[in-house]
Amino acid sequence: MTLEQVIFILVSFLTLGTGIVVVTNRNLFHAALAMMASFLGVAGLYILLDAGFLAAAQLLVYIGAISILIIFAIMLTRRMMQAREASFNSQSGLGLFTAVATFALLAAVIGQFWWGVDAFNGRPDVPDTVLQNTVSSLGKAFVSPEAYVVPFIVASVLLLAALIGAIYVAWPTVHAEDEA
Amino acid sequence: MSFNIGEFISSIFDLTAGDYLASVWGTEPWVSVVLDILGILIVATIPLLSVFFVGLIERKVLARMQDRIGPNRVGGKYGLLQMFADVVKMLTKELLVPAGADKVAYFLAPILSLATSALLFAVVPFAPGVIGTNLGVGVFYVLSISSVSVVALLLAGWGSNNKYALLGAFRAVAQLVSYEVPMILSLLVPIILASSMSTMEIVEAQAIPFVIFAPISALIFFVSSLAETGRSPFDLLEAESEIVAGFHTEYSGMVFGLFMAAEYMGIMFMCFLFSTTYLGGYRFFGLEEIVVGNGFQLGRLLGLFITIFKGALVFFVFMWLRATLPRLRIDQLLNFNWKFMVPLMLMILLTVALLDRLILDYIPQVGDAGRAGIHLVSNIIIGLAGIEVLRRSARRQRQRHNTTSTVLAVAENEGAPIFVAAEVEPAYGHDDHGHDAHAPVPAH
Amino acid sequence: MQSEWQFIVLFVVIAPLLAVAPILINWLLGPKKPNPIKQQTYECGVETVGDAWVQFKVQYYIYALVFVIFDIEAVFLFPIAAAYGQLGLFAIGATAVFIVLLADGLLYAWGRGVLEWI
Repeated sequence: MTLEQVIFILVSFLTLGTGIVVVTNRNLFHAALAMMASFLGVAGLYILLDAGFLAAAQLLVYIGAISILIIFAIMLTRRMMQAREASFNSQSGLGLFTAVATFALLAAVIGQFWWGVDAFNGRPDVPDTVLQNTVSSLGKAFVSPEAYVVPFIVASVLLLAALIGAIYVAWPTVHAEDEA
Repeated sequence: MSFNIGEFISSIFDLTAGDYLASVWGTEPWVSVVLDILGILIVATIPLLSVFFVGLIERKVLARMQDRIGPNRVGGKYGLLQMFADVVKMLTKELLVPAGADKVAYFLAPILSLATSALLFAVVPFAPGVIGTNLGVGVFYVLSISSVSVVALLLAGWGSNNKYALLGAFRAVAQLVSYEVPMILSLLVPIILASSMSTMEIVEAQAIPFVIFAPISALIFFVSSLAETGRSPFDLLEAESEIVAGFHTEYSGMVFGLFMAAEYMGIMFMCFLFSTTYLGGYRFFGLEEIVVGNGFQLGRLLGLFITIFKGALVFFVFMWLRATLPRLRIDQLLNFNWKFMVPLMLMILLTVALLDRLILDYIPQVGDAGRAGIHLVSNIIIGLAGIEVLRRSARRQRQRHNTTSTVLAVAENEGAPIFVAAEVEPAYGHDDHGHDAHAPVPAH
Repeated sequence: MQSEWQFIVLFVVIAPLLAVAPILINWLLGPKKPNPIKQQTYECGVETVGDAWVQFKVQYYIYALVFVIFDIEAVFLFPIAAAYGQLGLFAIGATAVFIVLLADGLLYAWGRGVLEWI
């Protein structure tokens, strides 16, 4: 077994094991912690796939920002934070359906690439010089007209909409300045 | 090639020991693993151990600035062993866990804090070719690791089962998360100028240090690095007059020591990062390229000293500010960030990106110096405009202050004691932690 | 796995050990005599009332939210900045549009008074 395979097995166990903890643990805060560990595992998988930038982005966005947002959301509601509620409620059937549907969709998409790849004999050998330039190729692709410039601008509009929408929902129209 | 002890020792002195061992041991897979582990131990433990030294220096320098002597008993005249004595004391303290604490979070917090601080040093270029690992995404890696360290504070605050710790953690997270935005934007400027994210390549691109290209951006980076490390005047996360010691109120002994060490390592790292991205890192007029004798790379050793010297210079400013400036208030802190630094930095970022392209495309004959000059002028213009905006807003605030003081003066004439007027700060009164007498219970 | 990331992966494994070791030494060397008074939460000498829960201010949530947006913006901007040398004016213009759109979001938050600390 190579070092790479050992790391892959450890990282997979980390990702899946903590994933199970996330859904079974009744202490919401601990579930959030386990979720962060799971995200870390996913970052490890990205590193194994030679996607270092994506791994760093995973840490920055998912652990550094979204997890904190989720913990804040947990803390905003006192009752939820302390109650050790049951993991299942009346919507568990719907949840199961969504999970299975998402899995099927992902499996179908990944399956297109899977067939014909000899996954058990290591990855195709990509020279390091190509790998080192993936980030700048990505950057170029974001803003070149023959690649992804339209999705890129649409993404920024989407982000703007998310920001405005979130503020609109979270911020009362009559805010404290008027009260004071 | 066989192992030769003399060559090995010489390779240690010119900081090429790793390359030498690699050439002796060959190219089997285990060699890279062993070399990496050796490198990790060096990269992680040397900053950790130099906390002893840096902590002592800070105490001595602060003491001198405040007209004191500082540590002067343990370890001779200069208190050289003071920090060792402190660590021995910390190690022999009882490991206290407060009642009702969440033990997982309580112990995970200092571990995560120290681990992330150590991980940051993996991409610091200490000298030419001397770097933990030359990641292609170096600067981005730094940002992602330091954003993970924010989680540690939240864990500490939550795990301690203490009101002050929780309040401190909330505050700390709001501060760190907010100041990460100008830090991200100001780190983009050197990346644009060097056209690379690797710390090593950013240093290599600085024939002229980037601080000359973009002094305002460097200043913003410096300010946000002060805030990111929780240093004065941004040390709100441990404002002892308000929230005891902030998120580490309940920590004692070595567990507290770990937070302390992580903090100092974070400061050291920020100093190195500033010198890497803006001050030219290990470069100093070609001094870092000297090779003497039969291939002894003196330049590498000199490069190490240059890096440490530049880092120490930045650290001195850190200490100087700590001795000089009072603490900001949380509303001032956040307003300054979101309403001044972020818009200003966005402006600078757009200008630098556009201007650099125009220079490179249309007037490449001006060379590096001309490019630096044009950027410098545009940066200074934006900076001056920013200062003007600040001045106007301050004037507006003063005017508002004056009108409210008139009301108070009237109250004074009607027999109110004079100290009432002195104690009330009308212009800020309503937003100082934000609560009028009739407002609901403090909501943090 | 690229060779440059092998270092980081090993470092991630080793770094927590650096922190665990001092805690273990402390646990071995320190006295172990816990008592209820000693373990009380520190509140400047006053006995603790209730649990550590304090009302959480929605403001923190908003700041975190704005931060998430800027964070995702950074993920887009960093590769572009790293490819800067190979970009043309059109690309810079597209990036400028991207930044300006996000700045609009900041302006909206400002205008709504979200950034006011109250």
